[in-house]
Amino acid sequence: MSATQTPLVELTNISIAFGGIRAVDDASVDLHRGEVMALLGHNGAGKSTLIKILSGAYKRDAGEIRVDGKPVAINNPRDAKHYGIETIYQTLALADNVDAAANLFLGRERLTPWGTLDDVAMEAEARKVMGRLNPRFERFKDPVKALSGGQRQSVAIARAILFNARILIMDEPTAALGPQETAQVADLVKQLKSEGIGIFLISHDIHDVFDLADRVCVMKNGQVVGTASTDDVTKDEVLGMIILGKCPAGATPGPGALSAVA
Amino acid sequence: MSEATSAASADRARTTEAGPVAGFLKATELDTRMLGMIGALVLIWVGFHFLSGGLFLTPRNLWNLSVQSSSIAVMATGMVLVIVTRNIDLSVGSILGFVGMVMGVVQAELLPQSLDFGNPWIWVIALAVGIGVGALIGGLQGFVIAYLGVPAFIVTLGGLLVWRGAAWWVTSGRTVAPMDATFRLMGGGPAGSIGATWSWIIGLAGCVALMLVLVNGRIQRKRFAFPLRPVWAEIFLGAVGAALILGAVWVVNSYPWPIGIVRRHFEGQGLPVPEDVFIAHGIAIPVLIALGAGVVMTFVATRTRFGRYVFAIGGNPEAAELAGINTRWVVMKIFMLMGALAAIGSAISTARLNAATNAQGTLDELLVIAAAVIGGTSLAGGAGTVAGAMLGAVLMQSLQSGMVLLGVDTPLQNIVVGLVLVVAVWLDTLYRRRVQ
Repeated sequence: MSATQTPLVELTNISIAFGGIRAVDDASVDLHRGEVMALLGHNGAGKSTLIKILSGAYKRDAGEIRVDGKPVAINNPRDAKHYGIETIYQTLALADNVDAAANLFLGRERLTPWGTLDDVAMEAEARKVMGRLNPRFERFKDPVKALSGGQRQSVAIARAILFNARILIMDEPTAALGPQETAQVADLVKQLKSEGIGIFLISHDIHDVFDLADRVCVMKNGQVVGTASTDDVTKDEVLGMIILGKCPAGATPGPGALSAVA
Repeated sequence: MSEATSAASADRARTTEAGPVAGFLKATELDTRMLGMIGALVLIWVGFHFLSGGLFLTPRNLWNLSVQSSSIAVMATGMVLVIVTRNIDLSVGSILGFVGMVMGVVQAELLPQSLDFGNPWIWVIALAVGIGVGALIGGLQGFVIAYLGVPAFIVTLGGLLVWRGAAWWVTSGRTVAPMDATFRLMGGGPAGSIGATWSWIIGLAGCVALMLVLVNGRIQRKRFAFPLRPVWAEIFLGAVGAALILGAVWVVNSYPWPIGIVRRHFEGQGLPVPEDVFIAHGIAIPVLIALGAGVVMTFVATRTRFGRYVFAIGGNPEAAELAGINTRWVVMKIFMLMGALAAIGSAISTARLNAATNAQGTLDELLVIAAAVIGGTSLAGGAGTVAGAMLGAVLMQSLQSGMVLLGVDTPLQNIVVGLVLVVAVWLDTLYRRRVQ
């Protein structure tokens, strides 16, 4: 995580407005290889919107995205996936009426030499990756809507890691999970991190992510309050950033920081 | 190991507890909804048979029923995909009328100027032009729906008026007749049927295909250690399927050519007319076209990437978009396909009538939508089968034919069909609620 290394991905001066509301206003954030960056803030602070720009779901009004130091054009989810950016959405974004394997390979189906769907191969791979995430998962033939919240979540996570992601975006990944499953996700995050994948972890709850994250970036009202290494700030200081927008000494202030009154 | 065994025995225990019917359904993996539809169809058939004093379940009536259902059945296969993606197409009847006029003018007025009368290419060119025009119209509507964001209901409601008006414009309302002799075969009739021998051959080929599907399914399941159907269930499915196919062939082969046509046939060849000759109709060509469309569309819906996208879009349009699917292009392609299928339906009904009129296909869109919905396609999107929609088309046509046989007045026919549609969907809603 040396500062001299080129970041895996850089978002600089990103802005987007929806009908006069500046959902994201001049936000900049970066992520290195094997790093977990927690993106924190209240509901409606602009975290999900910022990240949806990176994943191609929204088109930015201004700003630049760089992957490996090179500017890239991300205009739709396909572009993002092309650069190895995979996303686990808060809503999971699963097609409820088809089975797990169909969801895992949605948009990237394996085909037989005759150009038809190779369901057998897809299911075999699905069993492999799901076995890694959730060994007790057995319901490969059921439509996803028949699964429990935790099982659906594992399907969404499996889809993101199936295609050798380099940059993983997890939007409230544990929102639907119980304590045991949450711990599983934490283990997974550590494992992926050790494989050199960069991870954006989005949450409105600091307790979920503080121990997992290497750095935190706090947003408020669409602006970045500040960025800090988790070694340099305390949980309470980060809470102050989230609630008041007050940037502590250990953090690098952003445009959204409360002007240097404190 | 012991855990697996106990789970299996628990499974078996549950099966026996649930009674023989549930056990049978579980073993054969038959869709209960589909069985219910077949049950309703049998009920309607037997009911009409008794009410009409034995006129309904005759080879002649069933053969006619199969021909009359074909055009709607072909279009219903496409409507399934349209409705699965939470869209609707109200314009298919008008597209049918317009394309019919175009095909009529091409074969009866344009082509004879350069090709000899009865040239075998005439029907090919006419049909190709028709399918091309149908796909173009569908593509145009699909473009407005997918890329300009106008709701399908509005676009196709406009299309309903536009293409009906266009059908009139082609010849200023004049009916075009007669059709090319070869083209006419697509409409059925004694000449437009394939005869007894070929019907048996196709029936047997269908049986062989059914066996291959069952065997292949079993091999694939074994490869991945999925639960297998019991052997008796596989044999039962194969036997019932084969019996149904061969039974259907037997029925259409029991319907002889009318004596007048037999006489003309032999006289036309300069042969003496034999006594007591029995020439079977066999499977009608429009029925073959419909069955072909059903097989192709089932394949498209279940085995291709396009079909997978269609269902994913129906299940969750946003998720499909986020998964990187070009949802707009998929929707546009669905409407193009629908237009092409409406053109094929148009060829069947134009050929059957031996004329193209500007009123052809009026209200067909409602029959097609009703067939798809009765066949289990959910208007909420994401669910539906091609086979179900085709069965729905047969069911609608059975009601109509039956009432004609009984001499029911046309207004009352409409009332009954309308009520049946509403009741069928209501029952389906109840069924779905219970399943969930």
